[in-house]
Amino acid sequence: MAEVKLIGAWFSPFSRRVEMALKLKGVEYEYIEEDLSNKSPLLLKYNPIHKKVPVLLHNGKPIAESSIIIEYIDETWEGPSILPKDPYERAMARFWVKFIDEKCTVPMWKACSSPGEEGEKAKEEAAQLLKFVEEEIKDKKFFGGDNIGLVDISANFIGYWFGIIQELMGVELLTKEKYPNLCEWIDGYINHSFVKDNLPPKDKMTEVFKAFTQPGYSGYKPKV
Amino acid sequence: MENSGHIVKLYGAWGSPFVHRVIWALKLKGVEYEYIEEDLSNKSSSLLEYNPVHKEVPVLIHNGKPVVDSIVILEYIEETWPHLYPLLPADSYDRALARFWIDFGQQKRPTVHAFCGSSKENNEKTGEKMLETLNIIQDQALGDKKFFGGDSIGMVDLYFGWYVQWFPCFEQLAGLQVLNPSNLPKLHKWAMNFKEEPIIKETLYDSKKLLLHLEGIRKKRYMAAQARVL
Repeated sequence: MAEVKLIGAWFSPFSRRVEMALKLKGVEYEYIEEDLSNKSPLLLKYNPIHKKVPVLLHNGKPIAESSIIIEYIDETWEGPSILPKDPYERAMARFWVKFIDEKCTVPMWKACSSPGEEGEKAKEEAAQLLKFVEEEIKDKKFFGGDNIGLVDISANFIGYWFGIIQELMGVELLTKEKYPNLCEWIDGYINHSFVKDNLPPKDKMTEVFKAFTQPGYSGYKPKV
Repeated sequence: MENSGHIVKLYGAWGSPFVHRVIWALKLKGVEYEYIEEDLSNKSSSLLEYNPVHKEVPVLIHNGKPVVDSIVILEYIEETWPHLYPLLPADSYDRALARFWIDFGQQKRPTVHAFCGSSKENNEKTGEKMLETLNIIQDQALGDKKFFGGDSIGMVDLYFGWYVQWFPCFEQLAGLQVLNPSNLPKLHKWAMNFKEEPIIKETLYDSKKLLLHLEGIRKKRYMAAQARVL
């Protein structure tokens, strides 16, 4: 029986973040794909509160929420540091993860998926918020410095998923003209060895996003 | 930047539960700090310089460097002064659980805000959802422990600490008491125990003053939340 198991979903950026963290540390794990439109007894047993992926099982004990799982992974296993060592740098990393996840993601998503005025408003909001992120990455190769760190791993929605949905929906939000530094980070990011093997294929992701936006679609859809 | 001789400064605002969490953490750890009251209707240039992204309190300044967001600040305080009154468990799994419950509280903000913005006419539905949330916190996060942190106060206690004084004010304004001994015996007992802890007790506000203050905030912030949730 594997000591480490991960219940995840192949298309979920949150699930992929945890996989990146495990692989960075060289942790062997058993991956269990979850069908979110038909949740398994396993998922409901190990994450009864949120019923979401990813869920990490370490020696049978479950941990939910990707940012919490990643900090746990960093504390538990040797290997390259995911969070910085210095408390102030750690605080900055946590701040940016929260800013991106809690503030940026929703308006970015809505900019592509909400019709009419709501979409336009979301686009403006996202554009303003992304300026802060652009400023933060300005003089750095990665948010973590020379190597990818917590923020880079956690910013995978901006780094990869958003580009696909933006292109599919014909929205021009995250462009080289307006965000040259962020786009440069994206190029470095998706070509980084640990990252590129942990990204779902673009064509398959496009199909998933297409399905989300079909009227009458009744399968699993992320709540935004 | 002036040099007041203090290396820890806290920008806060009277009545803010987010600021209070940080005050509790600093006091429990015995960390000396200078408190700077911010007028949120007329934000200082210092605040805007230190927290350009959110422009909010609390902001902790340590050796001239700002840390923002109350939860990020709590983790920073814990990591900077780890030996003074630890606020997180030593075991990394237990730490993950503590962070899970804080995150749970964060995810339930729409439910909390909807209840806090309720009035006698519509508090039944929001009150039900509020009770459901508090039941989970009571039964699964607290259980039979004296505090969320075990025998002594921890970060999760500080996170939910606003329930001991701010929440009762909102209950009054919403016209419905949810956190009482009959609905939530263990959580109510926790609240009583938490309030009696000396550091906590000495920082509590005059209830009438807080009620008035929150009445003003409620109109601005929480009544809109209802429309989104109901």
